[in-house]
Amino acid sequence: MKIVLEHLTKQFISRHNKKEIVTAVNDFDFEIPDGKLIGLLGPSGCGKSTTLNLICGLEEPTSGRIYFDELDVTDLPPENRGVGMVFQNYALYPHLTVRQNIVFPLENLKGEQKLDRETMNNKALEAAKLVQIEELMERKPNEMSGGQQQRVAIARALVKQPGVLLLDEPLSNLDARLRLQTREQIRRIQKETGITTIFVTHDQEEAMSISDMIIVMKSGSLMQMGKPQEVYSKPVNLFVAKFLGTPAINVFDGYVRDHKVYIGDDAVGERNVPDQEVHVAIRPEGFIPDPEGYFCCDFDRIETTGRDTSIVCHNNKCTSDDDIRAIVESDTQINNKDGKIRFRLKDSKVHVFGKTDEKVL
Amino acid sequence: MFKKNNLKGWLYLLPALMFIGVFMVYPLIDVLVYSFEEGYNFASQTYKGVGLYNYSYVLHDPYFLQAVKNTFILVIITVPLSTGIALLISLALNSIKKFKDLFQTIFFLPYVTNTLAVGLVFMILFKKTAYSEGLINLLLNSFGIASIDFIEGPYWAKMFVLCFYTIWIVLPFKILILTSALASVNKDYYNVARVDGTSKWRIFYKITLPMISPSLFYLIITGFIGAFKAYSDVVALFGTDLNSAGMNTIVGYVYDMLYGNSGGYPSFASAAALILFAIVMTITLINLLVSKENVHYQ
Repeated sequence: MKIVLEHLTKQFISRHNKKEIVTAVNDFDFEIPDGKLIGLLGPSGCGKSTTLNLICGLEEPTSGRIYFDELDVTDLPPENRGVGMVFQNYALYPHLTVRQNIVFPLENLKGEQKLDRETMNNKALEAAKLVQIEELMERKPNEMSGGQQQRVAIARALVKQPGVLLLDEPLSNLDARLRLQTREQIRRIQKETGITTIFVTHDQEEAMSISDMIIVMKSGSLMQMGKPQEVYSKPVNLFVAKFLGTPAINVFDGYVRDHKVYIGDDAVGERNVPDQEVHVAIRPEGFIPDPEGYFCCDFDRIETTGRDTSIVCHNNKCTSDDDIRAIVESDTQINNKDGKIRFRLKDSKVHVFGKTDEKVL
Repeated sequence: MFKKNNLKGWLYLLPALMFIGVFMVYPLIDVLVYSFEEGYNFASQTYKGVGLYNYSYVLHDPYFLQAVKNTFILVIITVPLSTGIALLISLALNSIKKFKDLFQTIFFLPYVTNTLAVGLVFMILFKKTAYSEGLINLLLNSFGIASIDFIEGPYWAKMFVLCFYTIWIVLPFKILILTSALASVNKDYYNVARVDGTSKWRIFYKITLPMISPSLFYLIITGFIGAFKAYSDVVALFGTDLNSAGMNTIVGYVYDMLYGNSGGYPSFASAAALILFAIVMTITLINLLVSKENVHYQ
């Protein structure tokens, strides 16, 4: 099922100052394709969860429409939209067993949709098998690990075979190892069922690793959407560039003179734009140490973490952090003279943004 | 080493143990002893023999049987009703947004009001005197119903006032406990239920009720115990001569046996107190058994 948002806006009255209006979702106008896994990404408080609640119907939009395929669902209550939702804390009913939890949505069906007990149990088992918890059916939620609870919550959301599956911060309550496993599980479940799935996260790595498509938000506004790699390599503005990637992108104060981009005295690239002040952002993997290189920094140290070797250096034009991080091949020969180190830069890893509007140039 | 530490531990506990011993354990044992001493004389502190006569006397005393009957009626009517009404009010309070705090304050006011003062107000509301009919009777009259003497009239009228009063006086605490229990239920449970299309009734029955069941159970147990120990409320309404009013309670009977006009019989009082203890114990055990199935602790 594809989801179409049409000029969707949600405003709240501020809790602290009644006269102030907070726009949680600002004029969202885009289409989420059918059968894809979508990562809704942004810093805390940017309106991701509100967007999810609007799609599932727990919140009403201030203006705009929501369509599932051709059907306008804006005024439908959540239960009539055919969505499954998994909450951040899973919200499993603690007094019910796994089976009772999964069956719960089916028991709500009325009239012609009403199912007999056996069908319900079969469907519950099917959903449990999908998330691989069929051995735990008689347990109570507090007798399971966080990851297992998570999967029960997904099974409960899937048991009615919804057209859309919504996951609110599905991994944030799990420890690091489990997070890796669970995100693969989510990927697998989504592939097996083919349900259009949207998951909210503030962790860019999570979103990048499993999504077919990511949507980057900032304070209620859509920044960029597209395939993860595309958004990573072609950020439309400085925010997106900074938000994606670990270690974070290195940002420098720079300027354009005669179509050449400078950081300090070093020319680091070319842009066909008028002379102006700019932000220059360079991905950590964009640095190639070279004694003849054109970009010069003050060398600090070399750090090795796992398979990554990074050169830590600094430059007084750098604005993102005190340290500049350059990730290099571990066998790279590093020549530093008089505390200086020189680099060549990969053109595709250098992004230039306008000084004030921070848009890509 | 272990021994030494043990001694030190007991030493630390000594002050508390002394207090518990003097003010709780000793009186408890003493009550037990009294209850078996036959023909105990308060003045000379002597007794004639040891046996079950005191129990037999108390259990055959029509005043005691009346008190047991009154207490049981009070318990059976007020505990379920007050808990049920408190639950309804709490649910209503929990669902409104405007004036929530105001209503919470209003509902809590009786809790901080003095029992006897409330009793006085109830007297004004219900009592029929030579000079006035009482507010409730005026209300009844306006519907064409004849005046009823609630305070000194028929048994059922007095019992009605007592139950009404008891429910009113215990409501605030129950509302307080239940509103906070309801407020502490995570909103996500309701959101999930809504997304799954759960009906209001089913949400209440399958989610809300189990979630607040520990609080509810606590209120029922303490409600039972409190109602079995009713005394001051009855005095506030009907005065101290409860036996002649036919409105005595078990605790009232115990008090009368000790200090009332018919007083001076600590043995009978002790026997009655122990019978009350046995009743409360039994009811609490039944409660605990029932709760095992139905109360969900997280």
